[in-house]
Amino acid sequence: MKTLWLNTILRYPWILLLLLLVLAFGASFGGKNLYFRGDYKVFFSHDYGPLQDFEEMQRIFNKNDNISVLVVPQNGDVFTNENLTLLAELTEQAWQTPFSSRVDSVVNFQHTWSEDDDMIVEDLVQNPQDLTPAELQRIRNIAINEPNLNGGLVAADGRAAVVNITVQIPDTPNNTAEVIEVVDFVKGLTNELSSRYPQAAFYHTGVIPMNYSFATEGQKDMATLVPAMLGLIVLMLAVMLRSVLAMLATVLVLILTISVTMGLGGWLGFFLSTGTINVPIVVMTLAVADCVHLIASAQFAMREGRSRSEAIRFALDLNLMPVFITSATTAVGFLTLVLSESPVLADFGILSAIGVMVAFALSVTLLPVLLLLLPVRVKVSPEHHGGMEKFGGWVVRHQRTLLPVTALLMLIFGSLVTLNVVNDEATKYFAKGTDFRDSVDTQEAYLSGTQTIDWALYTGEAQGVNDPAFIAKTEAFAEWLRQQPEVDHVTTLSDTFKRLNKNMHGDDESYYRIPQDRELAAQYLLLYEMSLPYGLDLNNQLNVDKSSTRLTSTLKNLGSKEIVALEDRARAWFAENAAGVRLTAASPGLMFSHIGETNMDSMIISMIAALILISALLVVALRSLRLGAISLIPNLGPALVGFGIWGLISGEINLGLSIVASMTLGIIVDDTVHFLAKYKRARDDGKDAEAAVRYAFSSVGRALLITTVVLVAGFSMLAFSAFRLNSDMGLATALIIFIALLVDFFFLPAFLLRLDKNNQAHCNAEEQQKARQDVQQDPNPASILTGETL
Amino acid sequence: MKIFLSLITAFTLVSPLVAQADAVQPAADAAEKGLAIAKDRKQRDLGWGDSEAKMTMTLRNSQGEESVREMRLKSLEVVDDGDKGLTIFDEPRDVKGTAFLNFSHTGKPDEQWLYLPALKRVKRIASRNKSGPFMGSEFAYEDMSSFELEKYSFTYLREETLNGVVCHVIEQIPADEYSGYTKQIVWLDTEHLRAQQVEFYDRKKSLLKTLNFSGYKLYKDKFWRADVLTMVNHQNGKSTVLNTAELRFDTGLTDADFNDATLSRVR
Repeated sequence: MKTLWLNTILRYPWILLLLLLVLAFGASFGGKNLYFRGDYKVFFSHDYGPLQDFEEMQRIFNKNDNISVLVVPQNGDVFTNENLTLLAELTEQAWQTPFSSRVDSVVNFQHTWSEDDDMIVEDLVQNPQDLTPAELQRIRNIAINEPNLNGGLVAADGRAAVVNITVQIPDTPNNTAEVIEVVDFVKGLTNELSSRYPQAAFYHTGVIPMNYSFATEGQKDMATLVPAMLGLIVLMLAVMLRSVLAMLATVLVLILTISVTMGLGGWLGFFLSTGTINVPIVVMTLAVADCVHLIASAQFAMREGRSRSEAIRFALDLNLMPVFITSATTAVGFLTLVLSESPVLADFGILSAIGVMVAFALSVTLLPVLLLLLPVRVKVSPEHHGGMEKFGGWVVRHQRTLLPVTALLMLIFGSLVTLNVVNDEATKYFAKGTDFRDSVDTQEAYLSGTQTIDWALYTGEAQGVNDPAFIAKTEAFAEWLRQQPEVDHVTTLSDTFKRLNKNMHGDDESYYRIPQDRELAAQYLLLYEMSLPYGLDLNNQLNVDKSSTRLTSTLKNLGSKEIVALEDRARAWFAENAAGVRLTAASPGLMFSHIGETNMDSMIISMIAALILISALLVVALRSLRLGAISLIPNLGPALVGFGIWGLISGEINLGLSIVASMTLGIIVDDTVHFLAKYKRARDDGKDAEAAVRYAFSSVGRALLITTVVLVAGFSMLAFSAFRLNSDMGLATALIIFIALLVDFFFLPAFLLRLDKNNQAHCNAEEQQKARQDVQQDPNPASILTGETL
Repeated sequence: MKIFLSLITAFTLVSPLVAQADAVQPAADAAEKGLAIAKDRKQRDLGWGDSEAKMTMTLRNSQGEESVREMRLKSLEVVDDGDKGLTIFDEPRDVKGTAFLNFSHTGKPDEQWLYLPALKRVKRIASRNKSGPFMGSEFAYEDMSSFELEKYSFTYLREETLNGVVCHVIEQIPADEYSGYTKQIVWLDTEHLRAQQVEFYDRKKSLLKTLNFSGYKLYKDKFWRADVLTMVNHQNGKSTVLNTAELRFDTGLTDADFNDATLSRVR
């Protein structure tokens, strides 16, 4: 089988090349089905509880997806003729925003007051350019004393104001185009205003800009990081392979691997998102390792004077199984991500697993064909060796010190794992320096956080919101929320009732309280509703039969732990103080807060699955239960140490970090496999433990070093992503892969030497016996994982 | 004028080719034709006098929740000005007895008062805003006030068959700057000039709502009234159905029944 395949490659390279290219183009053609989804909802499956709560609330009340424009005037006061004129213009023009359903600002706030028996309802700010200082002062007083405005649409100190635009984007599977249309329109609006009002700065926050950033920052990553990664790989290959043609062959394999992977993804119905956008980089990185192994082996053989075709046969023969096993373990690691609670992470796992196997397939077919057809030449000269042998000798000499020191270091750093907490903060998913993050930070500095929780209070009775007892509960809940340190602002209908009651009693401040009976409350509300203009109705706070009301709380920019804690406290308070009223809470922030926890549970299962599957593969591949068991330490250790160090650096486990353990397990296992296989081969050949360690170092040490350099470089590249889930994931993965090399170089050999010293007599005999059996069963016992590379 | 208009109607009915040519007619002609049809529509409805009806308003949201409001509506035709209307709410219970009086005007803003029985006071609604939701429904007050020529500028668009009925399609641009709409597209059947459908466009000129009329009945051998008005909001997925029952004409209402000073005594 293997011979047949080898012969096919060597005899019919052109036909094979043609066939592969046709297949590759066919697969890549599926790329036409790919589309990009910037929607934050890609992180949640349809049946995810908090998402359903949120969508139910959006159907009962109006949707409140928004884009907020924060206006910060240089003079530090929005209550001037010029700045109010600017706000009025912005408010007026914001109604033109595509899909907008309402626009709220300090300017069009529906101010109510009474005059004789008239109830007057009008915009708080009218003709702003003509206002006298006294009128400006009056507007300021009203705004600062109005709980709906102060801290929500205008800063208490008047330094900044917000124009909030609510949009109703149709519920289609992919509304990225609409999101971009909305944001482009509003940015166009503020750019135009900023040219006429240079004294003010504009920032955009809200759910829509967040979606916009998910889309644009993701695509920016695709456009910058992928080419940068390719460049880096070209550089590394040129240095390592010292052959332009071999490098070109590799680059061609990489490009086809990516296009076939993404094309297959397209055929299978995957879409692109911030979660799957890094698949090309990950797959490319892993594919490089496959190619390097093969090319290095071929070059090694050519240096020894063999012909190109001979050298390729040698390289394939030597590497087929190791490359397959390491690819399979890597793919298994990725595949376990399907258990993730978050669909895009599962997609990332599946696509990467496909990519890894595509990389394997192309590197053992297309790559040898290309190497055969291209006039790759290598100078005949003995391979330069020595460094690794010296290093191996050093490790053997210092084994008594190395074992306790490395074991202790692993324990110390491993124990720091407890410093990590599961935390997802959607607003901080974007790096400082991105428009969205800077806007969010500015808004927090001037006015309020941008996280929200919407609370729906259900009375279960039509017109129940008019009941003074219910209004009192609502008010008490709003007051309780306002006292919480996490809360910046609360909008509640109870404030409106109090204000109307005051207006109905000649604006007498002593009537700023809840109306005493439900008929009064209902009739005030009716009068008020009849007086409101288009778009500024109460339908975003009341459902159709007025049995429930929605409170909106704006929170500081908190992590998921704090948001969930606030939710829990609020529910507890509510259960105790508002019996008979049902409470639900929902918001995008709340969804992200809960997904971290539920996803972490699923990722722990994924990690255990990966560990069991990969260990089983190792036992089969190494044909030794004992070595399989030993490999557990170098396989698990790096992740433990890596997360310990992560605890020191950041300590935050977000969605991106949650997949790192499963993913890296499949990758770092490769190092262990190579090292243990070489060690076992030497032992099987009758060498003692020390000689076997030396042999392992001299045969695969350099290869491990080089593949680690490639992998660390590749994943570090992701650290430049503006999207924190990707940058954190890349950084942590690079860290763990690097630690894995250290563990394999310093701990594993010392550990093997120690173990085999104890069991020398007993075990040696058993292993030798087993090895002899293996020889009898398999005519080529050294072929599985003993590829000599570099 | 009326003869002229009937001629046009007849002409376009029998000659689709000419109707197509109409589509490229100069703007002035389209405006003139639109206004002519609107005048005819108003003309045909003159002289109905006064009426009383019971109405049920059913509100639905996209979650499937439903809410019903019941009210009685008294109307009085006013010659040379907008009509007068008095709405007395019966359901929901909390607003039972609340009475809403409005005077539609042709040249100046409409006037509105609300009697609040719980407060035992009449309040004038001193708001220029007429486009907010009527009782939380998808109808704005301005959708329900009487049709007056002075409230719009008209443009005839085309002739079109809607649900098997041949209609004039006319664009109406509201004159009031506080209107919630930039334009309305009205389908009037060519036979009786009854509204069949109205599309409402919001400030950004996107389709906001569609109103459909059904169950037309003829009263006093002259006046057509629809039993069922269905308003669908395309942007928020909510809808409101307005059902008219027990519509009676010539019930003896006079100007005295529509007086803000006596509003507190209506039952």
